[in-house]
Amino acid sequence: MSELTMPMTRQRPLDPPEEVTRLRQGAEIHRMTFADGHLGWLVTGHAAARAVLAHPHFSNRPEISHPPLGSRLMSRELREEFKVPPGFFLRMDAPEHTRYRRLLTGQFTVRRMKMLEPRIEEITAARLDAMEAAGPPVDLVQEFALPIPSLVICELLGVPYEDRDQFQVDTKVLASLESGVEEAWGALGRISAYLYGLIQRKRAKPGDDLLSGLLEGGELSDDELTGVAFLLLVAGHETTANMLGLGTYALLTNPDQLAAMRDDPSVVDNGVEELMRYLTIIHLGPVRTAVEDVEIEGTLIKAGETVALHLPAANRDPSRYADGDRLDVTRPVTGHLGFGHGIHQCLGQQLARAEMRIAYAALLRRLPGLRLAVTPEEVPMRSDMSIYGVHRLPVTW
Amino acid sequence: MVCIGAGMCVLTVPKVFDQSEDEGIVVLLQDEPPQELEEAVRRAVTLCPSGAISIS
Repeated sequence: MSELTMPMTRQRPLDPPEEVTRLRQGAEIHRMTFADGHLGWLVTGHAAARAVLAHPHFSNRPEISHPPLGSRLMSRELREEFKVPPGFFLRMDAPEHTRYRRLLTGQFTVRRMKMLEPRIEEITAARLDAMEAAGPPVDLVQEFALPIPSLVICELLGVPYEDRDQFQVDTKVLASLESGVEEAWGALGRISAYLYGLIQRKRAKPGDDLLSGLLEGGELSDDELTGVAFLLLVAGHETTANMLGLGTYALLTNPDQLAAMRDDPSVVDNGVEELMRYLTIIHLGPVRTAVEDVEIEGTLIKAGETVALHLPAANRDPSRYADGDRLDVTRPVTGHLGFGHGIHQCLGQQLARAEMRIAYAALLRRLPGLRLAVTPEEVPMRSDMSIYGVHRLPVTW
Repeated sequence: MVCIGAGMCVLTVPKVFDQSEDEGIVVLLQDEPPQELEEAVRRAVTLCPSGAISIS
């Protein structure tokens, strides 16, 4: 046993828990007890996190991994039955994972995402119009941060945006750390049923969208396509939306950094990368499990041991980023782990970059006097969610 | 290691790397890039998430 369990309590909303920062000062890898009693590891250093994510001896399969947090503890029966749903390639290893990823990479290239930019600009402008019509004040999450990526991913996949009530509520259940395994399974089942129905309708009447394209390609069964659609829809929602909400909060509480991005639009691209590093919204995992003994930065991880990666700590590792606890939108920031690393590195990262670059530039240009409508302490943080962010962000201008 | 189409190389040195239209897999535009691009190419190699590109 180790006395260390997954550190969860933040002292300041934008900084990782002090406990993790303290641990990182001593070593990159630490013994940690998981929720089921498993003695595994917690990685807090940048080099070690990168090495684990890139190493082929680490598996991402959930059925052999141990949960860092209690709410996702499975009963023995459920654990025995548990299988990765077809098409759910995020939690598969090569070569199974490779087959799915190959079918999708062509859809998310730098060039393809560049072609989407005019449409993202239009969607962003329309949301800013709606914001100006509705306020001030408005909740930036509901009016801006969530609808932009949601509209974009729905359009790209060919999911009717009007149907969003059928998946946004359940997406929230899935992302909540307070949902138990059964509850999460229920939500997953409902979203999957909706998407399966949508795929049947597309089979009858294909459109000019990614899911119809995959259907016509004929390489995936309807069950596999449902899993793929699920991953892309959920990943396209929760991630960019929280980067826009939390990032705006970070800029509003660091006015010199906001001014740097607002006054010189050429800073925005780098500013987005720095926000990815500084905020690292994937704050509780990912986990990997060794399938063979492997040495990482001088530490022997034995086959069967699960490793939790603390990406917010790794992305502020002082041996990689000087003065890493400071938000500096002009610093050189290559190599951050905000999109992960290794074969599972974010498939949609070029889409996310395009969305964030366009949305931040447009927001700061249209509303140069943007400020919080409440005190920073009154903004509710998503400490209870697997993806960090703000639940609401009341703003005025 | 295989290319996973993350696009980091294209983002870092578009003069040297591209992605194929259908699969999004890395395409080398010039196999002997000029001296002035060396540093950027080295950066692209370290940024590649799947270790698919290397310098010989």
